[in-house]
Amino acid sequence: MKIAVCLKQVPSTSAPLQLDAATRWVREAETAFETNAADNNAVEAALALRDQLGGEVIVVSLGPERATEALREALAKGADRALHLVSDQAPGLDPATVAGLLAGALTAENCDLVLCGLQSDDQGHGQTGALLAEKLGWPLASIAAALEVDGAGKARVKRELEGGWYQWLELSCPCLVTIQAGINKPRYAGMKGMLAAKKKPIAKTPVTDYPGGQTRQAMDELYFPHKTKQTRMLEGSPEDVAGQLVAALNLRARP
Amino acid sequence: MSGGILVIVEGAGEGGNAGISRASLETVAYAQSLGGPLKLILPGAASPAQADALAALAVDEVLLADFAYPAGGVAGYDGDGYVAVLAEAIQRLAPDQVFLAHSYGARDFAPRLAARLNLTLVSDCIGQEGQGDAVAYLRQVFLGRAQARVKVAGAGPRLVSVQAGVARLEDLRRGAAPAPVSRSTLAMPAAPRVVAQAPIREGERSVDLSQARIIVAVGRGIKTQENIALAKKLADLLGAELAASRAVCDEGWLPIERQVGSSGQTVAPALYIAIGISGAVQHLVGMKTSETIVAINKDANAPIFKVADYGIVGDLFQVVPALIAALEGA
Ligand SMILES: Cc1cc2nc3c(=O)[nH]c(=O)nc-3n(C[C@H](O)[C@H](O)[C@H](O)COP(=O)(O)OP(=O)(O)OC[C@H]3O[C@@H](n4cnc5c(N)ncnc54)[C@H](O)[C@@H]3O)c2cc1C
Repeated sequence: MKIAVCLKQVPSTSAPLQLDAATRWVREAETAFETNAADNNAVEAALALRDQLGGEVIVVSLGPERATEALREALAKGADRALHLVSDQAPGLDPATVAGLLAGALTAENCDLVLCGLQSDDQGHGQTGALLAEKLGWPLASIAAALEVDGAGKARVKRELEGGWYQWLELSCPCLVTIQAGINKPRYAGMKGMLAAKKKPIAKTPVTDYPGGQTRQAMDELYFPHKTKQTRMLEGSPEDVAGQLVAALNLRARP
Repeated sequence: MSGGILVIVEGAGEGGNAGISRASLETVAYAQSLGGPLKLILPGAASPAQADALAALAVDEVLLADFAYPAGGVAGYDGDGYVAVLAEAIQRLAPDQVFLAHSYGARDFAPRLAARLNLTLVSDCIGQEGQGDAVAYLRQVFLGRAQARVKVAGAGPRLVSVQAGVARLEDLRRGAAPAPVSRSTLAMPAAPRVVAQAPIREGERSVDLSQARIIVAVGRGIKTQENIALAKKLADLLGAELAASRAVCDEGWLPIERQVGSSGQTVAPALYIAIGISGAVQHLVGMKTSETIVAINKDANAPIFKVADYGIVGDLFQVVPALIAALEGA
C-alpha cells in the first residue's frame, strides 16, 4: 500500500496570534509553527495502515522553507520520505491552487490512498482534500472518524454526520479520505526516530508555476473581530473576580 | 435566471429525509435578506413534505434535482450525484451567487462542485459587504480568533457556504402563494463510487444535557483527566451538569455523551460556564443560545468571549478554585 499524507504547518494554536495587517498573515518571525492538528491525525492513520499492510508512507507539504520541520517530524514518527513544494506564497494561495499543486506532485507517485486533514487551523477553508480528490479524479470519503483498508484495496470509512451520527462508506483505492481531528492518538517521535529521520529523503521542489495563473480568492483585510455582544469583563485577583461573579449571578452552593 | 441567487438546500435528519435542515433554512433567510430573484435547489430524492416546505417559502422557484444510477442503489446522500445535478443546474441558471449552509455535507460536495465548475468556493462565511463584482465575504480564520475579508477574482457565480447561525430562522419569510416546483432526474453514467451504509448512532445517551439548568463545561485548557475533578467539584457545588468540548471527549477525559456542539448535544441552560474552552464555531452552535454565558480563559482573544455575558481573562487553575472557595464561603 502506497499512502500519501498532505500536511500543513500552521501558526501554533496555543500561542497568542501576531497578526500582520499589511501582509494579511501573521508576523512569521514572531510566530511559532506546528503541524496542523487534523494532519497529525492523518499521519497517524497512514502509519497505522502501513504497519498493518506494509508499503510506504509519503508526506507532502506545500509551504515556505520552514515547513521542512513539519515534514521532518512526520519522518521521525515513521513516514518513509517527504516531498516539499517550497513556496513563500503558500499561506496566501487559495485552496484550489493548493490542491492543483498537490495534485501535480502526487500524480507521478501513483498512490493507492491519499489522506488529508479535514481542515486547517489557520485559514480553515476545509476544502483542500475534497478539491484534491476531484483533481485526481478519485472518489472521496470525508470527515473520517475511522478508516479501514484491506490488502485488496477496499476501504471502509466511518463518516461523521451531524449531531453524533455516523455512517460507514465503502470505496475502492485509489481514493482520498479527509481525516477528522482527534480520531487517534498520534505517536511521538522518539530519539531513534529523529536520528533516522535525518537520513530520510526530503525532495524539495521550488514552486514556479501556479495552476490557473492567479489565485482566485484572497484576503484583502485581516483583523481581530469587533465584539457584538456586551460582555462584562471581570477584573482583579482570582478571589476578586470569583466574588464579583458569585454576586452578579447570585450563585449559591447547593445545600 | 441569469443573475439572482440560488440556494442549495439539504434535507434534515441523519438520513436527510426529515424536513429541511435548519442551517439550510437559515441560509435561505440570509439570501432573502439580500433581496433579488431567489431560487432553491434540493439535490437528491425529495419527499412530498420537503417539496411543500420549500414551496411555502418566499422564493421564485424550487428545483428538486434528483439523480439515478443505472442499477439504482443510492438511497440517501451521494457526493458524486450531488455534484452532478448541482453543476448542471448552476451552468444552466447562471446565478450571480450560490449559497449553501456550511454543513458536513457541504464540506464533502461543495469543494468538488467548485472544482467541477472551475469556480472558487468561499467557505464558512459569516457575512458579506458591497455589491456586484465588488462583493467581499467575511470569514473567521485562525479558529475564530481573527476575521478576514475575502475578495473573489474572475468571472462566474460566487459560490459561498454560510456558517450556521448567520441568519435567524425567525426571519425566514413565507410566500403568499406556493412557489412553482420543477422536478428533474439526472442519469448518472456509471455505478456509485462510494457505497453508504445506514446511519448509526453509537452508544446510548444516558445524559440529557438539554434538561440541565446550569452547565459547567470544560475544554482542553483543563490539561489532564485528573484536573476534571476541579470542574466536577464546581459543578457539584452548583448542582450543575458537567459538559465538555470535543477536544476533551476526543482525549477520553469525559464520555462523548457530555460533548456540546455540532457533533454533540445542543443546550440552552440558564447558566453556561465555559472553562478553558476556546469557542470554536462547532462548539458555539451547541450553546450560544444559553441564557447567561460565563467564559474563563487565559487568552483575551479567545472567540468564546464573543458570546459571553461575563468574561474572566485568567488562569482557570486560579479562578476556579477561587470560585469554589467563594461558593463554599457564601
Ligand atoms: C466537523 C467538526 C465538528 C466538530 N464538532 C465539535 C463539537 O460538537 N463540539 C466541540 O466542542 N468541538 C467540535 N469541533 C472541534 C472544534 O473545532 C474545536 O477544535 C474544539 O471545540 C476545541 O476544543 P477546546 O476549546 O476545548 O480546545 P482548544 O481550542 O485547544 O482551546 C483550549 C482553550 O483553553 C484555554 N486555556 C488553556 N490553558 C488555560 C488555563 N490554564 N486557564 C484558562 N484557559 C486556558 C486556551 O486559551 C484555549 O482558548 C468540531 C470540529 C469539526 C471540524
